[in-house]
Amino acid sequence: MTVLRLAWRNLIGAGIRTWLNVLVLSLSFVVIVWMQGFLEGMNRQVQDAMIATEYAGGQYWHEKYDPYDPFTLSDAHGELPPAIAELVRAGNAMPVLVVQGSIYSGGSMRPVMLRGIDPRQDIVNLPSAFLVQDSGAEELPLLIGSRMAKSAGLRQDDIITVQWRDAHGTFDAREARVVKVISTTVQSVDIGQVWLPLDRLRAMTDMAGQATLVTLRRGARPAVAPAGWTFHTPNDLLSDLRAMVKAKSGGTSIFYLILLFLAMLAIFDTQILSLFRRRKEMGTLMALGMTRGRVIELFTLEGGLHGVLAALVGAVYGIPFLAYTARTGIGMPKMMDSMGFAIGERLYSTYTPGLVLGTTVLVLIVTTIVSFLPTRRIAKLKPTDALRGRWT
Amino acid sequence: MVNNGVVIATDKLVKKYPMGRNELVALKGVSLAFERGEFAGLVGPSGSGKTTLLNIIGSLDAPTAGSATVLGSQVECLSHAQAAELRNRHIGFIFQTFNLLPVYTAFENVEFPLLLLGMAGADRRKAVMEALEWVGLADRARSKPAQLSGGEGQRVAIARAMVKKPEVVLADEPTANLDAENSHNILHTMEKLNLDLGTTFVFSTHDQKVIEHLRRKIVLVDGKIAADERLQPEPDRSKP
Repeated sequence: MTVLRLAWRNLIGAGIRTWLNVLVLSLSFVVIVWMQGFLEGMNRQVQDAMIATEYAGGQYWHEKYDPYDPFTLSDAHGELPPAIAELVRAGNAMPVLVVQGSIYSGGSMRPVMLRGIDPRQDIVNLPSAFLVQDSGAEELPLLIGSRMAKSAGLRQDDIITVQWRDAHGTFDAREARVVKVISTTVQSVDIGQVWLPLDRLRAMTDMAGQATLVTLRRGARPAVAPAGWTFHTPNDLLSDLRAMVKAKSGGTSIFYLILLFLAMLAIFDTQILSLFRRRKEMGTLMALGMTRGRVIELFTLEGGLHGVLAALVGAVYGIPFLAYTARTGIGMPKMMDSMGFAIGERLYSTYTPGLVLGTTVLVLIVTTIVSFLPTRRIAKLKPTDALRGRWT
Repeated sequence: MVNNGVVIATDKLVKKYPMGRNELVALKGVSLAFERGEFAGLVGPSGSGKTTLLNIIGSLDAPTAGSATVLGSQVECLSHAQAAELRNRHIGFIFQTFNLLPVYTAFENVEFPLLLLGMAGADRRKAVMEALEWVGLADRARSKPAQLSGGEGQRVAIARAMVKKPEVVLADEPTANLDAENSHNILHTMEKLNLDLGTTFVFSTHDQKVIEHLRRKIVLVDGKIAADERLQPEPDRSKP
């Protein structure tokens, strides 16, 4: 306790030198928390959007379905087993049929995924109601995402040609109208995807009653996956996304390291300077009855307390700043789409107690270690040499 | 002379320092004894071994050979922690350059040894103010060393050395950086504390102003005792 009190006095007594170090360290502190909160917010926002728009309460996949291999699609469909069909009948699940196809627009052919969806579904956050048609209507209604529309040069009400192969491998084509261009943050329902009524797609492909995957309503209890089908929880479905976010956050760790390194350099420099400028003081402390161990403790604590002060100072200006960014969010440029996952127009940071406490503890530990390292020289210091201002 | 009991004794003390391939012999078999309440000085030219002897007595250094016993503890046998404990509880130091801790106020400087002793807050504050009153600086308690004159700084250093009421105070050239008037005031203060509290004072000096106040003068030349003179009789402390 005595050493802590003395360290505090020395630290405050050092005046501007202390406050400059504290300012640098507190900046690192706030920026690290902010960046981590930013990533955490992005992670949550993306997950929430994907669950709301695509995964809901999980998905049953046909056993041959592999979303990363379009060549599997020709075989990845089947009739719904009774257990799943019962979920669909009860309104707790919706089948989706995925078929490879292509669209012809603007003088070029583009490969797309034709996704059949029940226009009246309310399980995922897709405006499928735009696909509702009068019975017997000939026109094939299509729903596409804004990215898809942009890349294909399409607008609402454009007429395009859709080509596909039916269950027997026969090519067929039909004119279709883009009834709605939807704006979504979830790229996997947008880029390269064309949505049309499930019944029409089933009829077009001669796959009556069949589906590639079945999406379960959030909160609905999944049935045991029947033979030929596998159930994927939202957690499973988001694992790739998590891996991607983790990989991207690995890159931002370099920023933390640079920031921490700069702050620690300031602390280390102060400690080294102290050791050379305050040798006489160390000698005096020993003459007054401090052991070398306590002198080391004192100097280490002085350095370590920079971290405590930085946390306090950081809290003064950091909390309002972080609260503001969490509340108002940060506008995301369009180019952020290249991140590879769904990011909204505004990104809201998320700060958890674990994040703030973890960062605080990390900075305090690193500061204390950096403060301790130079002071090890004191262990070899003779009091008589120190009093003369010399190192042994 | 009244025998008040030996507090410091050295026996054939030798101290050698390595100097490249050679060695410098700073003390060559010094045998001395100081009794409780003495006001004595080690006198001699630079390099005569005064500070070395003072450092060994103060358990800041250990002898190469021989023995130094301070308040019953053999300095050469003490661990670092035991030596620190001896200095903390029983020995006060006064340095030529005052060695006040620059970021502390006068009060905090004087308080420092008591904090190490773990003295309770109220007792500590009382003792610090009492020590500052001894040296006439109670009104400068909140001043930092940079705001004090040289004489005031050394008086704070005396208060720091005396605040724990140690048995022994070791003063290394305490007036070397002071003018005549301040030197006189400092010495007068230390004499008074010596008489009032019975503290043993041992000086290292070659300042004539200090020598005039000493009651015992030990002349060191080239690491050996050249003379050991009683200049004034010790006061009889057995009388009230």
